[in-house]
Amino acid sequence: MNFETTIGLEVHIELKTNSKIFSPSPVAYGADPNANTNVIDFGYPGVLPTTNKGVVADGIIAALALHATVEQHTHFDRKNYFYPDNPKAYQITQSDKPIGHDGWVEVDVDGVKKKIGISEMHIEEDAGKNTHERDYSYVDLNRQGTPLIEIVSKPDIASPAEAYAYLEALRQRIQFTGISDVKMEEGSMRVDVNISVRPVGQEKFGTKTELKNLNSFNYVQRGLEYEEKRQQQVLMSGGAVQQETRRFDEKTGETILMRVKAGADDYRYFPEPDLPALNISDDWIKELGDAMPEMPTKRRERYVNELGLTDYDAMVITQTKEMSDFFDATVALKADPKMAANYLQGDVNAYLNDNHVDLQATKLKPANLAGMINLISDGTISSKMAKKVFKAITNGEEPKAFVEKNGLVQLSDPAKLQPIVDDVLQSNPQSIEDFNNGKKRAVGFLVGQIMKQTHGQANPQVVNKLLMAALQQ
Amino acid sequence: MANRINRDQVQHVAGLAKLEFTDAQLDAFTPQLDDIIGLFETLSEVDTDGVEATNNVSDQLNVMREDVADNWGQSQALLKNAPDAARGFIKVPAIIDESEDN
Repeated sequence: MNFETTIGLEVHIELKTNSKIFSPSPVAYGADPNANTNVIDFGYPGVLPTTNKGVVADGIIAALALHATVEQHTHFDRKNYFYPDNPKAYQITQSDKPIGHDGWVEVDVDGVKKKIGISEMHIEEDAGKNTHERDYSYVDLNRQGTPLIEIVSKPDIASPAEAYAYLEALRQRIQFTGISDVKMEEGSMRVDVNISVRPVGQEKFGTKTELKNLNSFNYVQRGLEYEEKRQQQVLMSGGAVQQETRRFDEKTGETILMRVKAGADDYRYFPEPDLPALNISDDWIKELGDAMPEMPTKRRERYVNELGLTDYDAMVITQTKEMSDFFDATVALKADPKMAANYLQGDVNAYLNDNHVDLQATKLKPANLAGMINLISDGTISSKMAKKVFKAITNGEEPKAFVEKNGLVQLSDPAKLQPIVDDVLQSNPQSIEDFNNGKKRAVGFLVGQIMKQTHGQANPQVVNKLLMAALQQ
Repeated sequence: MANRINRDQVQHVAGLAKLEFTDAQLDAFTPQLDDIIGLFETLSEVDTDGVEATNNVSDQLNVMREDVADNWGQSQALLKNAPDAARGFIKVPAIIDESEDN
């Protein structure tokens, strides 16, 4: 029996606004428990929420970034449920008229391009956070009211690899808009997945299961791969997949039953009476759209077609907007694009990983990277010397000044190198004889001697040329 | 009694509101709720053909606040009003983690 897989993803993205979605309390991390709360966040009787304009703007930006239609006549709805992290006993969200609908992102899986549909996206408030100890639980409402965008995919995702690619495309596009950090490891991007399989040709979707505890894109893919296989085996052995929630175990890579779902959720949505509806104007949409930065797909096209980067280079450079902006600024200062891309992927990324920092938090500047690359290109320094210069520019030093201060200038002038070449040849007659007897390795030894004499500053190409000319006389 | 709502539905709704009713209470509340729904059904007598759905009775539109943070410094007072608090947290009876995912 052959199977088709259908995967649905719900992605929550935490927005980087200054204040909460319905109260002016600050949105900030690492504060003391409940320090960033007020009567509205606590859900006191008689308080009224007010809509944060910045969140609505971010919702529009997300819709535009994901090729969705902005719903211009939109409003909020109440979703009712009881839980200690939800003080009002309802969440203000959107159900009836979400701010964006019918979007898509393009993914590339093993060279095959595919558009994955997004059915809708809506803005809503996050809940507080519970921590559990033995006899009591503890509630921190700092997160209560933090703005979220939830993005719901259409049932277009047909494999775990596509799910991974979809998440990566989504993450990049949102990251480029700057409305969120979209980091799963920090909780600013959270993913809920459901998956079902059905025999090829069957029209009705199979029964789906939900997966929890997927804390990285890799875990999403691995959890889905396990679950896809498990469901196929259940069906092949004549069984039926149960509608249930399963937990991904990071150690074993397996999914474990958490609970069987009984019936549909009963949230009793209704329009939020405390908040006036919104009419989003064409002008506002245009204004936000015009201010949006160039998206990663467009940048990759430009890097490959205009700057001659490989697809892979372009992909790595566009992981974050900061990296891509840095690259653009470096190239704008006449640095060779290929070299700029190599340094960003190599030394720069290694530096960021070693120090666990983001590019914007370092002292690296496009002008200094471009300056260093230009010094390599015009032969002033060798790429070996550049290692020292790179270290200096990570400390914010200006490359030209550093090179001059430390005497790192490459010796390329033949007039200055010729006497050293002559001198080395004179002291090593044996090597000349070896060379004349066909031992090409003798050249390497002579180059080494010249480098030693010049403390590594001789330009190897020029040395080679002079040496060969002298030897072949 | 018209059958607008039955005993099981009352029990289900009570469950959603985290309420527990005795059999006697269920017997008493079911016809009462049935009457209440009956009262609201009066609204269906109004002809709403061609009338757009009302989401909000306020005539205000686009009331929004600029995204400026302002900490009202109320957390200490709010925690005093909580039934119990510890280390800045609201302290509640132990709960099994089945938190909503919004």
